[in-house]
Amino acid sequence: MGAMNLIGTAVKRKEDYRFLTGAGTYTDDVQLDRQTYAYFVRSPHAHATIKRINKDKALQAPGVLAVFTGEDLTAAKVAGLPCGWLITDVNGQPMKEPAHPPLAQGRVRYVGDHVAVVIAESYLQAKDAGELVEVDYAVLPAVVDVADARKKGAPVLHEVAPDNTCYVWALGDKAAVDKVFASAHHVTQLDFVNNRLIPNAVEPRAALASYNRAEDSYTLYVASQNPHVERLLMTAFVLGLPEHKVRVVAPDVGGGFGSKIYLYAEDVVVTWASKQINRPVKWTAERSESFLSDAHGRDHLTHAELALDQDGKFLAMRVQTTASMGAYLSTFASCIPTILYATLLAGQYTTPLIHCEVTAVFTNTAPVDAYRGAGRPEATYVVERLVETAAREIKLDPAEIRRRNFIREFPYQTPVALLYDTGNYEATLGEAVKLADVAGFSARRQEAAARGKLRGLGYAAYIEACGIAPSNVAGSLGARAGLFEAGEVRVHPTGKVTVFTGSHSHGQGHETTFAQVVASRLGIGLDDVDIVHGDTDRVLFGMGTYGSRSIAVGGTAIVKALDKVIAKGKKIAAHLMEAADADVEFTDGVFKVAGTDKQVPFAQVALSAYVPHNYPLDRLEPGLNENAFYDPTNFTFPAGTYVCEVEVDPDTGETQIVSFTAVDDFGKIINPMIVAGQVHGGLTQGIGQALLENCRYDRQSGQLLTGSLLDYCMPRADNVPSFKLETKETPCTHNPLGVKGCGEAGAIGAPAAVMNALTDALGVRDLEMPATAERVWRALEQAKMRKAA
Amino acid sequence: MSVTVSMTVNGKPVTAEVEPRTLLVDFIRSQLRLTGTHVGCDTAQCGACTIHMNGAAVKCCNMLVMQAQGAKLVTIEGIAAADGKLHPMQEAFRDHHGLQCGFCTPGMVMSAIDLATRHSNLTEATIRAELDGNICRCTGYHNIVKAVQAGAQVMRS
Amino acid sequence: MYQFNYHKASSVADAAALLARNPEAKLLAGGQTLIGAMKLRLAAPSDLVDLGAIAELRGIRADGGTLTIGAMTRHAEVAGSKDLAQTIPALAALAASIGDRMVRNMGTLGGSLANNDPAADYPAGVLGLAATVNTNKRKIAADQFFKGMYETALEPGEIITSIGFPVPKRAAYAKFKNPASRYAIVGVFVSEGQSGVRVAVTGAGPCAFRVAEMEKALAAKFSPDAVVGIRVSADGLNSDLHASSEYRAHLVTVMAKRAVQAALGK
Repeated sequence: MGAMNLIGTAVKRKEDYRFLTGAGTYTDDVQLDRQTYAYFVRSPHAHATIKRINKDKALQAPGVLAVFTGEDLTAAKVAGLPCGWLITDVNGQPMKEPAHPPLAQGRVRYVGDHVAVVIAESYLQAKDAGELVEVDYAVLPAVVDVADARKKGAPVLHEVAPDNTCYVWALGDKAAVDKVFASAHHVTQLDFVNNRLIPNAVEPRAALASYNRAEDSYTLYVASQNPHVERLLMTAFVLGLPEHKVRVVAPDVGGGFGSKIYLYAEDVVVTWASKQINRPVKWTAERSESFLSDAHGRDHLTHAELALDQDGKFLAMRVQTTASMGAYLSTFASCIPTILYATLLAGQYTTPLIHCEVTAVFTNTAPVDAYRGAGRPEATYVVERLVETAAREIKLDPAEIRRRNFIREFPYQTPVALLYDTGNYEATLGEAVKLADVAGFSARRQEAAARGKLRGLGYAAYIEACGIAPSNVAGSLGARAGLFEAGEVRVHPTGKVTVFTGSHSHGQGHETTFAQVVASRLGIGLDDVDIVHGDTDRVLFGMGTYGSRSIAVGGTAIVKALDKVIAKGKKIAAHLMEAADADVEFTDGVFKVAGTDKQVPFAQVALSAYVPHNYPLDRLEPGLNENAFYDPTNFTFPAGTYVCEVEVDPDTGETQIVSFTAVDDFGKIINPMIVAGQVHGGLTQGIGQALLENCRYDRQSGQLLTGSLLDYCMPRADNVPSFKLETKETPCTHNPLGVKGCGEAGAIGAPAAVMNALTDALGVRDLEMPATAERVWRALEQAKMRKAA
Repeated sequence: MSVTVSMTVNGKPVTAEVEPRTLLVDFIRSQLRLTGTHVGCDTAQCGACTIHMNGAAVKCCNMLVMQAQGAKLVTIEGIAAADGKLHPMQEAFRDHHGLQCGFCTPGMVMSAIDLATRHSNLTEATIRAELDGNICRCTGYHNIVKAVQAGAQVMRS
Repeated sequence: MYQFNYHKASSVADAAALLARNPEAKLLAGGQTLIGAMKLRLAAPSDLVDLGAIAELRGIRADGGTLTIGAMTRHAEVAGSKDLAQTIPALAALAASIGDRMVRNMGTLGGSLANNDPAADYPAGVLGLAATVNTNKRKIAADQFFKGMYETALEPGEIITSIGFPVPKRAAYAKFKNPASRYAIVGVFVSEGQSGVRVAVTGAGPCAFRVAEMEKALAAKFSPDAVVGIRVSADGLNSDLHASSEYRAHLVTVMAKRAVQAALGK
């Protein structure tokens, strides 16, 4: 394989062979000797006190090895699950942080809450015995709706938060914003429900822990997006184990979308239990358990207003949001509706004044945390629905109103804390308008009308903050962890390379994208590089994959390590070629002395480093192995414009997406094939939120009504069209690859585009997501009645 | 009470003693250790467990192992050639980036092969409609549709 | 899934004998609903009597004006049947709309009818075609078969052996799918044949039912216009997460219109 620049090339994925042949290794595929199985007894009630647990019968059931409850964990000094982000409220007080026990301590707070674990020789035996664990509950009233949580007399979940409020947090200058609204030419107002979603990665969560008594060490295989973070949180905060005695392996992971970032009760309990019974303990979620106990996403209630002048210039924005945290604070729950939400409310626009107040509440529901986009889809929905509605109200073309307000000079400091480094919003909008053939829309609308269909078109011009995050900035905002990434480049004596990254791939294709970066920089073949991730014993450290950070932060860490490898290589080469260090150049895999024909290939330098016979041992260590930690200096700001076209069947209310155009600016693109795949997936999740997906709990009983795929509607192939994609490129200014990240864009921009199109088709001001056929039909019926009246 | 079950899996005869309540997928994964067939749901929606039984695609998480008594089964592990060369449908999924996390992929490929065998002319609409038994959360289906179309074409030629 | 005893029946008589010996036993047809219910521990039979090996229960035969389909015939076989394509294509289309391909390769006509799920498709076809349910004991007319939600005229120990479908002059099925489960939120089967016009609805109520008013209007004039003004009452219709009873009532009219259009080949 010759030296070749693979950046920007759609090379086929290195990981695909194993997945296509069934040779992937997901956590549940791992089988250890003497393995046992865990079944979790879960609360059938949304809210109850536990009066008594009797495990005698369960303990006598066939195959049962142990039954543990919260009492056992307390006796063993197992602590609660921590929250990784401290939000400080408007009064300067820390958020309310109720205890989050891995197994209930006398009280359960949502259906699915963990009560006990049964461990047996087989899973079915554990499950059979689980039904024999007698739990005496005193049922308490429950509150599940965000809107009900703070009502007077609402059931209280936690004593530390008597009004069910975790925090009230605000960003922006309220007085200045209010003043502008008081005298604005036009104000557009909307009330939004950002519907609660269940992530539903197709691989259910799973954990398999084993304990090695001889070494007093543990190994945990777990479906995780960030094994080092999982280990750190578990050892330092929950189990009090020595971190170096715990190995966490996140092998092949079947999708995450945020839901596998967190430290979950099951992970902690099987790890602890593996020592108690001195045998490996495996737990794999059934899908119904995933519905109950995976962290959910979104669940906001928002009132938002946009003030405009007579030319359609945005003057100010005012947003009030109540966001559900669920029953307990999941690992990053608190930062989602604040740091990752309010800071994005400027969108792509020069709106000079923005104020946002967020109230986070506890409800008797599963914990809510980051789900693909995490805060940014909610922000984009608010901004882009307001903007499109404002355009309709003041009768401006929706593309034109956006153009009038675009940020055009960079860097740009928004009024909500972010500093956009670069972008070209006109370029993405212009391309989207062209690609979507907006000019031909009215003819298409007429043609649809002739077929009895209602056709509508809507835009969304989104922005996101990715590449999280500068650790010091995150720290000042309450993060309890750093957000750098680590990478190690191990050059073998033959010049082959193994790279260890703290990023984790669960579908993103890092084994290919990162290898492209490495191969291109070192001028070696793609097959000469392997990327290793997901194992705390092999990878030096890692913060993991979420927030579209992998290439921007993890990729940069690798580049930094590569820089060190090349720098050292130059010194070795200089010695070999008897030249001065400064005269050695490295291009296309070859070290050359500038201006001469002297050269040594990369592999020869590698060999010299490991067989240092002719080597500058007096000033250089042997070996060629470098690592780097990279802490970004800013967020990255992918942005783009989406145009959605829908057709509604007025007889049934069914909506079909007939065309969807996405023009994104992700900065430099390493592998356009993989990037397009990320966009397709994100768009489909966004379309799912807009039209299909809705997590519902019964308002009285707190039972999860959408607890299976029979009731929770996942997008299928016939729900979405083939997408029209294009990219524009303004390279990120503060990382060496110029990359911004692409994993979440689709899910961020799509909901607003779909709903803008749908409200256009129906001629209604607003419609709640998901716009199910019945909701659309009702909206049309109401419109008919209004007309008749 | 255990019962005896025999079948042929990927061309090899197997016989085992099982509990009657054993699901076919658990038998394949835990006893035969063919872990390419996955379990993504418990209501027969997701299709990650799709295999071929006597030439027809079935969801083996929604069957008892006893229902496969005497049957010829093919799992994802039995699709590529003996020397490891990918089946045209597998190749098409790789060429068209029709997979990301890989978890739904085995079921998706088994469904796609079944689909390609039954239809002589696969339109995008047909593929989308006929993939209704397989859920993918990663790809948005765009590239899966392209892969199925391309794979089917190669299978025909 | 709880423990149970498994029996593979060799004949209908054998299956009946096994049922008689084990009062808590259930028949296993394709298992596409039963296995799911057992996995979720919603069903706990002591014994399963597997009908899968009984050859006499499978197959499609045309004799005279009737098409007889064995109870253990898979949905996919019905959907792909050449006999049906020539005689009752509407029934083949209905079968093709059940679940997904993999489910259709296992699920059976008899299993679906015996279970009588309110959202199942076959009940609309059986009722809409005035079919006859043949059991090991008797023949039951479709109008007498469906008794309520998950309730049929089948007695303990009674086994469906086949269904006789009279070939209609024309027929069609229109279905509005639940977007999540793909079961029918509302499915309407319309036929015109020896027993006149029949309009049978599934998904909307506790079990399949006929709409007399639509049948009368279509008997007078078999045209989509005949039904557009007829709205069934929402009272007593199903109301759930996916559709209110009002919306279902509305969809009955829309699907009836579409079924008539399709029956007319429009």
